[in-house]
Amino acid sequence: MSDIETVIDLEHLKKSFGKSEILKDINLKINRGETVVTLGKSGTGKSVALKCIVGLIKPDSGKVMVLGKNIPELSYDELQYMRKKIGFVFQSGALYDSMSVRQNLEFPLMRNTDLSSEDINKKVEEVLNDVGLSQAIDKMPSELSGGMRKRIGVARTIIMNPEVMLWDEPTTGLDPETTRDISHLIVRMQRKYKVTSIVVTHDMICAKIVSNKIVVLKDGAYSDPGTYDELENSKDEFVKSFFEEVKNDENAELTNYQPSSDEKKEK
Amino acid sequence: MLLETWGIWNFALRFFREVFKPPYNLNELIKQFFQIGNKSLGLVGITGFIIGFVLALQAIPTLQPFGATSLIPSMIGLSIILEIGPVISGLICAGKIGSSIGAELGSMKVTEQIDAMEVSACNPFNYLVISRVLATTFMIPLLIIYADTIALLGGFIALNFVSDVSIGLYFRSVFEAISISTLIAPVVKTFFFGFTIGLVGCYKGYNADKGTESVGIAANTSVVISSLMVIIWDMLAVQISNLF
Repeated sequence: MSDIETVIDLEHLKKSFGKSEILKDINLKINRGETVVTLGKSGTGKSVALKCIVGLIKPDSGKVMVLGKNIPELSYDELQYMRKKIGFVFQSGALYDSMSVRQNLEFPLMRNTDLSSEDINKKVEEVLNDVGLSQAIDKMPSELSGGMRKRIGVARTIIMNPEVMLWDEPTTGLDPETTRDISHLIVRMQRKYKVTSIVVTHDMICAKIVSNKIVVLKDGAYSDPGTYDELENSKDEFVKSFFEEVKNDENAELTNYQPSSDEKKEK
Repeated sequence: MLLETWGIWNFALRFFREVFKPPYNLNELIKQFFQIGNKSLGLVGITGFIIGFVLALQAIPTLQPFGATSLIPSMIGLSIILEIGPVISGLICAGKIGSSIGAELGSMKVTEQIDAMEVSACNPFNYLVISRVLATTFMIPLLIIYADTIALLGGFIALNFVSDVSIGLYFRSVFEAISISTLIAPVVKTFFFGFTIGLVGCYKGYNADKGTESVGIAANTSVVISSLMVIIWDMLAVQISNLF
């Protein structure tokens, strides 16, 4: 583990697609072990910022410092080395559909480590146990439900013991029950593996359960970070309206949502 | 068009830069050999048989009135081995294998599987592209040799309807008309066919846009470009072999 305190530092990040300026001035510092939730409406560039961090999209300008390295300036080999320390969980799970669950999980280990097949097996069983899907080890992705796919996607990411986890809409399209399950999974992973996380979502249940800090993306820039409660009572009309809108439209049940004693303990 | 050509050229250069770089994916390579080779045997075989059969059926009424039936085996052999076999089989492979690779990688791109490999430091180009291009480069020439053999057999069967030539005499006549030096160009060009079909399929799939429609477009343009390339390679092979 590196001893750098600030793990992710985005400075004046800009990204346009054609004439459309998506990210105008993104600034964000995240310290080790923190989980920052990025809220924002669809199409505002939340996932674009995340993909800049992992080097899937090259920003037009600005710095993307991760673990002390500026990602856009790295060579392909250096970037590959950095990516071993960064886990990315895709919205769809992005499981390799020609491989079984076991092969999906073995794949990054076989490609990036010198572990023996026995050690690889142990790790596969351990992470499957962590996500509660030991019984799915020999299934194909097509045999899994949406929630299971996401969990396997999480397992495939944590199997590499990343220092940073990037979660792209981890609960989108899931029912409230599964949303809570996945959100608690994120908290458990954070506690067990001590990772620094960014969670992109517009799901307030997830945001409330997993976040240490929340930033809201508006007009290509992040708002000042705050806790869930701080932002919920924000005087900024946009931030406030966003919370109210989401409450009213998509997650009406959250109005009455109170964390259980177990959830409070986890937090 | 120019951008496309430039893109494929760069993709080919990346292939040559990375082909000898570890890790080597032997299991994936064997799997692709099987997918590309074994699963195309039926289609390529049937097509080959029909080509040989029809060629003989059409040659017989043309040559028989001149008493030139004995020339039919060598005519079939030359036509099939030098030109028709490689080109028709190449086009069939461009349709079947090129579209399948384009659609498979395009679908992986759309569902973010290629991105998932990329972010987990697994170099999808090394894993997906190298294995497929190597498999097509070496398997398509074998498929074409197989198709030529079946086509010659088809020609023999058709010829037997009008004469009682033995299979030994038939094949002796075929190979008497062909020297080793005349075989070089038709064999070498099949490696170019295979390489191009794999490379174009991978390029179109790997660079598919993010949308369901783009999977179809990747498959379709893979076939169009690689079929055209098969014809162009064939033309170049004829021109170059005529020089020697």
